[in-house]
Amino acid sequence: MTTLALTSLLAAGPAGADGGSFWLPAARSTTAGEVDSLFYLILGISLFFFVLIVAVMLAFVLRYRHRRERPAEPSRDHNLPLELTWTLIPVVLVAVIFFYGFRDYLDITTPPRNSYQVQVEAQQWSWSFTYPNGYTDSVLHVPVARPVELVMTSRDVIHSLYIPAFRIKRDVVPGRYAKVWFEATEPGEYDLFCAEYCGTNHSNMITKVVVHPTGEFETWLGKASNFLEQMTPVDAGRKIFQVRGCQQCHSVDGTAKVGPSLRGVFGHQVRLADGSTVTADENYIRQSILEPASEVVAGFDPVMPTFQGRLSDQEITALIAYLKSLDGN
Amino acid sequence: MAVSTPVLPLTDRAAPAGATYLNAERGLRSWLFTLDHKRIGVMYLVVILASFLAGGIFALLVRTELLTPGPTIMGPDTYNKMFTLHGTVMIFLFIIPGIPATLGNFVLPLMLGAKDVALPRLNLASFWIWVTGATVAISAIVLGGVDTGWTFYTPYSTTTNTAVIPMTLGAFILGFSSIFTGLNFIVTIHKMRPEGMTWMRMPLFLWGIYATAIIQVLATPVLGITLLLLVAERVLGVGIFDPALGGDPVLYQHFFWFYSHPAVYIMILPAMAIMSEVIAVFSGKRIFGYRFIAASSIAIAILSFLVWGHHMFVSGQSSLANLVFSALTFAVAIPSAVKVFNWVATMYKGSVRLLTPMLYALSFLFLFTIGGLTGLFLGALATDVHLTDTYFVVAHFHYVMFGGTVIAFLAGLHYWWPKMFGRMYSERWGRVGALLIFVGFNLTFFTQFVMGSHGMPRRYFNYLPRFEGLHQASTVGSYVLGLGFMVVAAYLLHSLFRGAPAPANPWGSATLEWETSSPPPPHNFDEEFDASDPYDIESLEYDPAGGGYRRHDPSAIRLRPAGAP
Repeated sequence: MTTLALTSLLAAGPAGADGGSFWLPAARSTTAGEVDSLFYLILGISLFFFVLIVAVMLAFVLRYRHRRERPAEPSRDHNLPLELTWTLIPVVLVAVIFFYGFRDYLDITTPPRNSYQVQVEAQQWSWSFTYPNGYTDSVLHVPVARPVELVMTSRDVIHSLYIPAFRIKRDVVPGRYAKVWFEATEPGEYDLFCAEYCGTNHSNMITKVVVHPTGEFETWLGKASNFLEQMTPVDAGRKIFQVRGCQQCHSVDGTAKVGPSLRGVFGHQVRLADGSTVTADENYIRQSILEPASEVVAGFDPVMPTFQGRLSDQEITALIAYLKSLDGN
Repeated sequence: MAVSTPVLPLTDRAAPAGATYLNAERGLRSWLFTLDHKRIGVMYLVVILASFLAGGIFALLVRTELLTPGPTIMGPDTYNKMFTLHGTVMIFLFIIPGIPATLGNFVLPLMLGAKDVALPRLNLASFWIWVTGATVAISAIVLGGVDTGWTFYTPYSTTTNTAVIPMTLGAFILGFSSIFTGLNFIVTIHKMRPEGMTWMRMPLFLWGIYATAIIQVLATPVLGITLLLLVAERVLGVGIFDPALGGDPVLYQHFFWFYSHPAVYIMILPAMAIMSEVIAVFSGKRIFGYRFIAASSIAIAILSFLVWGHHMFVSGQSSLANLVFSALTFAVAIPSAVKVFNWVATMYKGSVRLLTPMLYALSFLFLFTIGGLTGLFLGALATDVHLTDTYFVVAHFHYVMFGGTVIAFLAGLHYWWPKMFGRMYSERWGRVGALLIFVGFNLTFFTQFVMGSHGMPRRYFNYLPRFEGLHQASTVGSYVLGLGFMVVAAYLLHSLFRGAPAPANPWGSATLEWETSSPPPPHNFDEEFDASDPYDIESLEYDPAGGGYRRHDPSAIRLRPAGAP
C-alpha cells in the first residue's frame, strides 16, 4: 500500500515543476546544498529506524500471533544492557544531527561582508524591495553569484519572507529590523512566499525572485529606475500601481476586493462611510493615498496603509493619470 | 492524612442490588449533578466527542476548499475562520482534555480499586467549567468567527476585527477545568492507592496520567495569564505585545509556547499511557522495561517545559537561544524513542491478539514513529529554517497528535468500551474502521510532508498550481478518514443497544478495573484490594463459561469488604 501511495505521489507531486527531487525543490543558493545534505542525512536515519521498528513489529505480530495451543512464552521483562543501548544510540545520533543543524544554521544566518543590501518592506499583503539608488519594486531582482542581504521591516503585523529554492526563511516582526541573506547560484525566477499567517490575502502575498545573469542586473536596475522619464504618465502609473502593492487590494475590472475597484471611479461621485458623498477628483485621490483613513468609501474597512513619504508627487501624478485612463467603458 | 473513603454520593445508599452506575438512578438531574467519576467521565465523553465531530467537520470543509487553488466553496475570510475553528476546537475542546477527562476520569479510580477520585465535587465543577468555557469559546462563532489561527499571534490578534475576545476567554476558562482535573488526579494517585500498590507497582496508565497532571497544573496558568494580557491589550490598550503601543510581539510567542509546548505533552502522554496498557494486554505479556517507561513519562514532563523556543527558530530570537532550544529538543526525543522500543519489545514471545484495540496500538506505533522521526527535521536548526511554517509542520503535528493521540484514544476507547457500557462492539466492523482510518490518515497527511518540503506554506487559502495534485490526494484521504469515523460511530452506537453483554474481564487484563462487573456498580467494588502486579497477565485464564478471563485465585488480591476498618 505504501509503495503504491508513493508511486502515485511521485506522479502527482510538484517535483517536476520546481526542478527538484521527490522531497526537495532544486537548490539554487550557496547554502541550500548543505541544508539538503542534512535533510538527507536525517531522512536516512529516519528511514533506517522506521523500517527497523515496523519490520520488528510485524515480525513479532506474525511470529507470536495468538494461537490457542501456544500460550505466551516466558521471557525477561527488562534487560538493562539492551535498554541502555537503545537509549544511548539515539542519543549519539541526535547529537550528530544537532551539531550539523547548528553549524549549517550559522552559515545560513551569517552574511558575508560587503553583501549587496536591499531594503524590504512587508505590509498586508505585498512586498516592496528598495534598491540602494532608491528605486522600489514589488519583485525582488538580484545578481547571480553575489551575496545579497535583505534588511526587512513590517508596516503592520508579522510576516515571514520565505524563498524555498534558497532554503531561507525569516520572520519580519514590526518594530525591529530582520535580516536574511543568500547568494543565488543560477539565473532564473523563483517563488517568494509570505510564510507567517497575516490575514485575508496571506496566500496572495507571494512574488518572485528574479536572478539576473552576471552583468545584467545593473543594466536592469538602471532601466527600471528611470521609468518615470521613459514612460507616458499612464504607463508609469500602471507600473506603480502594480509594483507598490495597490493591485493586491484594488481591482481595475470592477470587482471589489479588500478595497473598492478603481475602474471608472475617477470623476464620479463616491459614497463615504459617514454617509456623505464626494467627487473622486485629483485631490480626493491624493488625499486617499496619503491619508487613507480620512475619507473611507462606504462598505469597506479602514485598513489601507498610508503612502505618506513613500510616493513622490511625480509618482502620485502618474497614478492619477492611470486612474483617469480606467474610464469604465 | 489517613486514606479515608470519600464522601459517598447520596445516590449510592439507595442503589438497588445488582444495579450499575448507568441505571442505579434515572433522570437528567441524576446525570448533570452526579458526583460519580464514571458518570462524569461519560458526560465528558459525550461533549468531547461532539467537539471532535465539530472540529472534524471544520477540517473537512478546509480540505474541500483546498481541492482547487483559489475559491472552491468559500472565500478567503471564511477559510481563515474555518482553519482557526478547526485548530481551536480540536486543541482546546478535544485533544487537551480528551483522554484524561474521559477515559482518565472513568478508569483512574477503578484502577486504584477506589470508590471515586479524591475530590468528587471538584471533578463535577471541572466538568461544568469545561461546559462554560466551551460555550464562551463557541459563542465566538456566533459573533462572527475568529481568523487568527489557534495560536492567536500578536499583533494580528490584537488588530483583527473578529471575535478574538470570546475565543480567548473561552480558552482561559477551559484552562481552569484542565488545572482542576490535573489537581484531582494528583491528589487521588498520591492518597488513594490501595495497599500493595507502591509507585513501582502502579499501572503505567496511572504514571502517564500523573505526568500529564503535573504539566496541567504547572503550565496551564501561564496560558491563562497570557490570554488575559492579550485581552487587556485589546480592551484597555495596555501595550504588552503590540509594537505600536510599545510592546513586543515576540514576547507573546514566548508566553504562548511556554504553555503550548508542554500542552502537546498533555496531549501525548495520556496516549502513551494507553499504549502501555493495550500493548501488554493484547500481547499477553508483562510490559517490557516498566521502569524505563515510567521514568520516561516523568522525563518528558520535565523536559517539556524547556523546549518552547523551538517554535521560534526563525522569529529572530538569538542564535544562542536557538542553540539551547535545539539541543533540549533533541533531548526530549530520547524518552519517546525509548517507549517505542519498549512497546515493540513487549510483543516478543507474547501471544499477540489482533483485536481492534491492538490494531489501533499497532497503527500508533507506525504513525507515531513517523511523527517522531519527522520531528528530527524540525529540531535541527538548518532544516527547520526551510520547513517551519510549511505543510511539513502540519503533517508532523498531525502524525503526532492524530497518529499518536487520536489513534491511542481510539485504542483506549475500544479497550475500555465494554467496561464503560457493558456491551461488546462488532469486532469485524472495528477492524474495518481501524483500516479505513489508517489508510485515510496516511493519504491525508503523508502528501503534506511532500508539499511542505517543496515549500508549500501553511494557512494558505490559495496556492500555486503545482501543488494541486497533492492537495487533491490529501483531500480524498480526508474523506476516507471521515468515512472511517462514521463507521466507528455507527457500530459503537449500535453496540449500546444491540451489543452482546460484556464479561467483567473480556481481554485478560490484570489491572483492578477488570475486577468489577461491566458496567461497574455505582460504588465500583465490594472489596478492598491488595493490589498485586498490574502486568501479571500470564496468570489469567480464559473462562469459556463467562466468555471472559479470570484469575486462578480471585481471593488472593482481595483484602476485606469495602468500607470495613
